Amino acid sequence: MTVPVIRFEGVTRIYPMEGETVEALRGIDLEIQRGEFMAIMGPSGSGKSTMMHIAGLLDTLTQGSYELEGEDVSSLSKNQRADIRNRRIGFIFQSFNLLARCSALENVELPMLYHRPGVMDRRERAMAALEAVGMADRAHHLPRQLSGGQQQRMAVARALVNRPALILADEPTGNLDTRTGREIIKLLGSLHEQGITVVLVTHDPEIGRSVRRRIVLRDGLMETDEVG
Amino acid sequence: MDMLKTVIRLALRGLLAYKARSLLTMLGIIIGIGAVIVMISVGRGANASIQKQINDLGANMLMVYAGSSKQGGVRGGYGSKPTLRARDAQAIARECPAVSEVTHITLQTAQVVAGEKNWNTTVYGTTASYPVVRDWLIKEGEFLTDQHLRSASNVAVLGATVVQNLFQPGETVVGRKIRIRNVPFTIIGVLAPKGSDPRGKDQDNTLFVPYTTFSRKLHGRRLPGVVHVICLSARSKLLVNEAKREVEELLRQKHRIPPGAEDDFSVRALDEYAQMADKTMDIMTILLTSVAAISLVVGGIGIMNIMLVSVTERTREIGIRMAVGARERDVLIQFLTEAMTMSVLGGIFGTLLGVGAAKVIGMVTGWMSPIDVDAILLATLFSAGVGVFFGYYPARQASRMDLIEALRYE
Repeated sequence: MTVPVIRFEGVTRIYPMEGETVEALRGIDLEIQRGEFMAIMGPSGSGKSTMMHIAGLLDTLTQGSYELEGEDVSSLSKNQRADIRNRRIGFIFQSFNLLARCSALENVELPMLYHRPGVMDRRERAMAALEAVGMADRAHHLPRQLSGGQQQRMAVARALVNRPALILADEPTGNLDTRTGREIIKLLGSLHEQGITVVLVTHDPEIGRSVRRRIVLRDGLMETDEVG
Repeated sequence: MDMLKTVIRLALRGLLAYKARSLLTMLGIIIGIGAVIVMISVGRGANASIQKQINDLGANMLMVYAGSSKQGGVRGGYGSKPTLRARDAQAIARECPAVSEVTHITLQTAQVVAGEKNWNTTVYGTTASYPVVRDWLIKEGEFLTDQHLRSASNVAVLGATVVQNLFQPGETVVGRKIRIRNVPFTIIGVLAPKGSDPRGKDQDNTLFVPYTTFSRKLHGRRLPGVVHVICLSARSKLLVNEAKREVEELLRQKHRIPPGAEDDFSVRALDEYAQMADKTMDIMTILLTSVAAISLVVGGIGIMNIMLVSVTERTREIGIRMAVGARERDVLIQFLTEAMTMSVLGGIFGTLLGVGAAKVIGMVTGWMSPIDVDAILLATLFSAGVGVFFGYYPARQASRMDLIEALRYE
């Protein structure tokens, strides 16, 4: 039996908010297997972004347990989580989140800057990642000189560069037109075909239909989990 | 190392992106460091120039002044009591082994007339060894000789200022006649210019005659053998204190001063002037350095302020960096490096400014203002230190930022 990439058991996240507490996630059980291409869906406020943050170790959970590739990561220190994000998880955000003053190449190199031990062939690997997303000819452009689609490709290259086991995409098409959005989904699909586990958050039903498995969250609880 | 290089490159790029802001931020450091450099180099230049003036008075020179007079309760200054005599000087020359040359002077201002011109100057009655003790060169002719002293000849040697005021430029002076208090003298020599003494008195505004002639023909009070000051030089710089001790012992004995009683003379070494000048210089240095330190602190606060603004502005960037794996320490180092880059650059500009200003001041005052490597090194280290100290708080704020909030920051 293979170890799942992600294994949630009763994952709960409670935020204190102006004296009250908000339960963003209320006991989620979930397993995501290696090589899956999956969408997390649901209306806004359903907890899908929180789930993404917890899966990506950007946020911590309040209750329950989280195993990443068989390793319990529920209660790691800040620095340990930073290391895992760096080596094993690639992020793609709705608003691209690129460094405005750095070229495409430098943006893609960024995760390797914090890779320990240091990567020797940083430039080469960054170029290869840009090549993989079809952006090699834009390596020395700044983000603002590129279109939204190109910027998101840059972000995908950055997510790829440390060869992660898991890529998390939070509304990756949210700031793009439909056609460009489709291209990005296609790109993520091709990563999936290369064996990388891809999890994306979306509220676009069309994108939901284009992936193999989708779960729907509502009010912090899992409503449906369907394959096919 | 690799990471540090990248961080510095990015820091420089950030500074260049906001040129005016960076420059204004660095201004405090630039002024502070510039001030430190100017202070150190001008201070040393001024001190060197004072030391040179003191050395010009004569190498290893000691002066013996007559004691102070006491009338009722009122005490006069040094030399107000005629306790020193020419024979004291002769005894010192004979009996003090640490002393190489001795001379003495008696002085009085007098009106000097040459042809149609006249000039008021100080007339010194002295001996043949005066130029040796004072390290003073003869420009033309000769100085007084023992022969002149023995025969109390009416001969005079003139300082440069006196020559300037009594004769035309280029005129032959040696051999000419002048009148001092209506007594005719023949000029036998002219001294090379020596400039001002440490107190600012023009040493060239003097005229020298044999002390024998002085006391017989010029001195109104007619106290035979009384001299105002005995000047002597020690055999070497190391023997200055030894010479002082010997002279004091000898004079106490000759003046029959019982043990415990106050001396009727006082021996001053020139290095006392030098020490005094040093002390003044030290006080100035402390004062000016504290001004510079205040300006550095103000500059540092400026850097802290801008770094805090920068951390807030770049919240999103910090979030991105943390998301892709930057640890607290990485963010801390990045912002510390930026603060340090700014302060060290400010330090470098300040050093250039300071060196330039010191050169200009040196040119204007004529002081040699040496620019020391250690001053520059100190300034650079100090500015880096300011960067670390004032950059730490903003950098820590950056590194402690909440990741999710930072990523959401607009």
